[in-house]
Amino acid sequence: MFQNVGEMVILLWRTLLALPGGWRQRDKIFDQFFEIGNASLLMVCILSFFIGGVIALQTGPVLVERGLATAVGGVVGISICKELAPVMMSILIAGRIGSAMAAEIGSMRVYQEIDALRTMNISPIHYLVLPRLIAIAAALPMLVIFAILVGWLGGAFVCSANSRIDISFPAFFTTLRHIVEIKDVVNGVFKSFIFAWVIGVVSCHQGLITIGGPRGIGRSVTKAVVNSIVIIVILDYILTRLLLR
Amino acid sequence: MDSPPSTQQGIGVEVRGLRKSFNDHEVLKGLDFKVEPAEVFVLMGPSGSGKSVLLRHVIGLEQPDAGEILLEGKPIQSSNVLDEYRLAMVFQSGGLLNSLTVGENVGLYLMEHRLKPPEEISRIVTENLELVGLKGTEDKMPSELSGGMKKRVAIARALVTEPQLILYDEPTSELDPLSAVVIADEIAKLNERIRVTSLIVSHDRDLAFGVADRIAVINEGKILTIGSPDEVKRSQDPFVHDFLNTTFKRPQRR
Repeated sequence: MFQNVGEMVILLWRTLLALPGGWRQRDKIFDQFFEIGNASLLMVCILSFFIGGVIALQTGPVLVERGLATAVGGVVGISICKELAPVMMSILIAGRIGSAMAAEIGSMRVYQEIDALRTMNISPIHYLVLPRLIAIAAALPMLVIFAILVGWLGGAFVCSANSRIDISFPAFFTTLRHIVEIKDVVNGVFKSFIFAWVIGVVSCHQGLITIGGPRGIGRSVTKAVVNSIVIIVILDYILTRLLLR
Repeated sequence: MDSPPSTQQGIGVEVRGLRKSFNDHEVLKGLDFKVEPAEVFVLMGPSGSGKSVLLRHVIGLEQPDAGEILLEGKPIQSSNVLDEYRLAMVFQSGGLLNSLTVGENVGLYLMEHRLKPPEEISRIVTENLELVGLKGTEDKMPSELSGGMKKRVAIARALVTEPQLILYDEPTSELDPLSAVVIADEIAKLNERIRVTSLIVSHDRDLAFGVADRIAVINEGKILTIGSPDEVKRSQDPFVHDFLNTTFKRPQRR
């Protein structure tokens, strides 16, 4: 385990050192960025709309019964932007994009494509890892901003449609504006930026150390997704604790 | 990376006391041999004898446990020696990038190192594909090619780097006899034309005796014999004799 952590830190460091050459890889970065956004946007919309709805459904009636109807918008808004949108979207992207990264790089390793790159003096970090990391680090925060907005809409829709809550759209967003500050949104987006690097580094690392045939690729994909999610959840606690100050 | 010089001259390779183990299993047990500049040297041996591992050491993809590999007398472990000479490898599977077209694969080295403008890269790609008999395949994907065509694309990709040493890993494996002859012919023609040093590992006897200037036979990580094709044929080593002469005999039916 510690060897893997060490290798991931080295991979991250080498990728950061390669960042100045990122402009040369702009075509690949754009391709990856489009792939991440295009592949995930619909899922992000559906997931965040229903997450917003569920939070409204769980908290709305309880707060309304206790005369705290003015807090519903704020509770839904703050839980989505600070916690649920960044964490849930990161988990979604770990499953959807992290697995694809590990599988693609893993199969390139197994079928000697990465060896072929090395024999041509082409660094796999410049050619494969850097474009993926830049793309995911740019795309995930954008998806999270989108998820926050759609999640709020989902919450507002449920609050207005559910008779036990019965809070109108304008009232929901008025209470949300009173409680949610811009720094709460920034906190959530910042978390997702960090999680994006985690997903990218863990998935690319798993791809690069893949051994064996198709079974090895499958193992790498599973490890990439599981390890990403575990690290995201642990880091989420640490970041939340630090950002509370 | 600097632009490679235009002169193309094969380089000499020397392997000294090379040892390598994987998980306590010793794959290479102290190999010693020398390949002269512009020579076609074939290393023969059964599957699992350590041939491919040796090639991976020569091109710097593996680090030896002991011993050294010298290019023109300079150990490759020293910094920049691998950058000083142009080496290329044709992998057993071809090693083509499946997400790129044939043309992009062949031009990858020039494109990534920004060595030529795109129009010139396109011309060089076309020329090299024509050289291996694959004119007009630039826009095909590797998945649309046969095994023999993939190997020829891999050779074209190696040629683009204007190599001084080409390593071939089982160039005729998984090919039908006709495709194998085409590949062997390409290797022989290339050596005549550009005087590149070729180090080939293979268990294909026809290829070895057809193209080699010298042959070495390796088994269980040790070289058993080394010499010209005629000398190797006359070897008294029982394994070498069996390896070179054994043919399948159909059991007699009653």
